Amino acid sequence: MNPLTFTSKYIPQQRVDLSPLVYQQLKNLTLADIAEIKLQNGKALIPVSELFELSGEDAQHIVIHSSHDKLDFIGKNLIGGKMTINGDAGAYCGLGMKSGEIIVNGNVGIFAAAEMKQGLLIVNGNAGDFVGAALIGNVIGMKGGMVLIRGNAGERIGDHLRRGMILIEGNVGDYCGSRMTAGTIAVMGKTGRYLGYGMRRGTLLLWQKPLTIPATFNDCGSHSLAFLPLLFKSFQSLNSLFADSNYQFNRVQRYVGDLAENIGRGELLIKL
Amino acid sequence: MIINGVVIDQTFAEAFPMKATRVIITAQTEKWAMISAQAMSGFATSVIACGCEAGIERVLSPEETPDGRPGVSVMIFAMGGKGLAKQLETRAGQCVLTSPTSALFAGIHSDKPLPLGKNLRYFGDGFQIAKLIQGRRYWRIPVMDGEFLTEATTGQVDAIGGGNFLVLAESQPQALAACEAAIAAMQQIPNVIMPFPGGVVRSGSKVGSKYKTLNASTNDAFCPTLKGITRTELSNEIESVMEIVIDGLTKSDINQAMRVGIQAVCELGADQGIKRISAGNYGGKLGPFHFHLHEILA
Repeated sequence: MNPLTFTSKYIPQQRVDLSPLVYQQLKNLTLADIAEIKLQNGKALIPVSELFELSGEDAQHIVIHSSHDKLDFIGKNLIGGKMTINGDAGAYCGLGMKSGEIIVNGNVGIFAAAEMKQGLLIVNGNAGDFVGAALIGNVIGMKGGMVLIRGNAGERIGDHLRRGMILIEGNVGDYCGSRMTAGTIAVMGKTGRYLGYGMRRGTLLLWQKPLTIPATFNDCGSHSLAFLPLLFKSFQSLNSLFADSNYQFNRVQRYVGDLAENIGRGELLIKL
Repeated sequence: MIINGVVIDQTFAEAFPMKATRVIITAQTEKWAMISAQAMSGFATSVIACGCEAGIERVLSPEETPDGRPGVSVMIFAMGGKGLAKQLETRAGQCVLTSPTSALFAGIHSDKPLPLGKNLRYFGDGFQIAKLIQGRRYWRIPVMDGEFLTEATTGQVDAIGGGNFLVLAESQPQALAACEAAIAAMQQIPNVIMPFPGGVVRSGSKVGSKYKTLNASTNDAFCPTLKGITRTELSNEIESVMEIVIDGLTKSDINQAMRVGIQAVCELGADQGIKRISAGNYGGKLGPFHFHLHEILA
C-alpha cells in the first residue's frame, strides 16, 4: 500500500490547522472523504483538496510533501501510525501526541511536542521555542515519549517537562529545562542563560560546559553514574549522534538545583 | 532400567507449584556481583523454614547484562506471591542494596510485577531519582559509594519446586563425588536452581514426625544407619544417600536438569560405587507434578 500523501499546492497567507489529518481520524476514510475535510485557515474553513493534492491510501503512513511553516498542529493528539513531513512544519507539531511517530525533514516552529504523552518526534532540522513544554497557562508539559532535534532549538526547551526525553544535537537558547518537574533533556551543543531555571526534578545532560552555572545550583562533585550507559543504550536505534558510542560517557560533574525553587532536586550533569 | 551398572528405580519425583522470580545483579567485577548474589540467595535452601528457596542460576557476561557490567542471575521461589514479594524485598534491601558497586535489574518479565526498587527507593530519603528508559522504570538511590541503580519491578511467574533425585552409593565420598558431577552438569541448564548447599542435600525429609510439633523429619527409609531397624529402602551395600532438589520455571526445565544430572551420575557408574538412582515422592498425594525417572531417561 502506498502512503497517504498530501502534496502542498501553495503556501496560504494565513496559518492552517492541520490537526484533523491524523491516522486515527483518517483510517476509515476514502480519498474523496479526506479531500472534503474542512481545515481552519485563518478565519476561513477550506477543504483539504484546496491546499493539497492527495494520493495513496495507507493512513498508517501519512506523508506531507512540500510542507511549510504555515502548517500548524501537524500530528496533534496522534494515536498510532507514522507521519513523514518533507519540508518545514509550523507550530505545535506533535502537540499532545499519544503514540506513533512523526519525522520532520525540515524545521519545526514553536511548541513542538508540547504536552506530548508518548511516541517519537524526530526533527531533522531546527526547532523553535518551547519544545516539549506545557502550553501557556498549563503546568504539565510533555509526559512521555522521545523528541530528537538534530539541529538547534530555541528557548524554554522542556518548560514544565514532566517525563520523557528531549535530545538535541545542536545548541539551545535561554531557560533550557525551566520549571522541569522530571524527565531528561540532553543537549550536545551550547546552552544559553538561566539553565534549569525553577527546575524541581529531572536531568539536564550536557556535553558542553555552560558559560555560567546558575548560582542556585550547587556543585555535588564528579561521578561515574550507572544509569548513563543504560540511557545511551536506549538511543541505539536512533539515527543520531546520540547513538554514536564516541559521544557517550558516564563520567559527569553533578550540580543540583534550582535551590531557589521549593523542591530543587533537579540535576545538571555535565560531561567531564 | 540399568545405566552403566546403575539401577534406575521405577519411581517418580513429586513436585508442587510455586511462584518464582529472577533478578540480575551486576557490579564492578564478577567477584562483587557474585558476593552480592551469594548473600541474596543465602539461607534459602527450603521453604520449610527459610521462607523461600533461592539460588544462583548462572554468571552473566557484560554483554548479557543491562548495564554492560559483569553480572549474576538469581532465582527465588516461594509458595505464594506475597511471600515471594516479601522475601525479594528484604533480600534485595539487605544483600544487594548494601553490596558495594551493585546494581539490580529485572531478570524476567510478566504481567505480575514484583516490587524491586519500587519500595527500596524510600531508602533515598527523598533524594532518589526515577528514570523511565525504554518503558522501564529505574530508581537511582544515593548511597555512600555513589548511586544504587535498581529497576522498579521484576516479574513473577508460575513455577515448580521440589523436583529431585537420590543418589545411592557404596560410600559417602562416592555419593558426594557423583552429586558434584551432577551439579556441575545441571548448572549449565537455564531456568533451574538447586537451592541446597552446593546443590546437594544430605538430610532428605519425610512428611510428619513422632513429635507433634514437627511436620517433617528425617527420611529414615533412606538413612543407611537405620537399615536394620526401619522399613528401609536400602540394600546392604548402600552406605550413603544424597539428594539433589531442583526448582525450575517449567516442567521441561526440571526434566532437562534431572536428565543431565542423572546422566552425569551414571557416567561414573557402578565401578565408582554408584548403585542406584531413586526419587522422593509422597505417593502422589502432595504435588501435581510427577517426574518419572524412566520417562526422563528414555
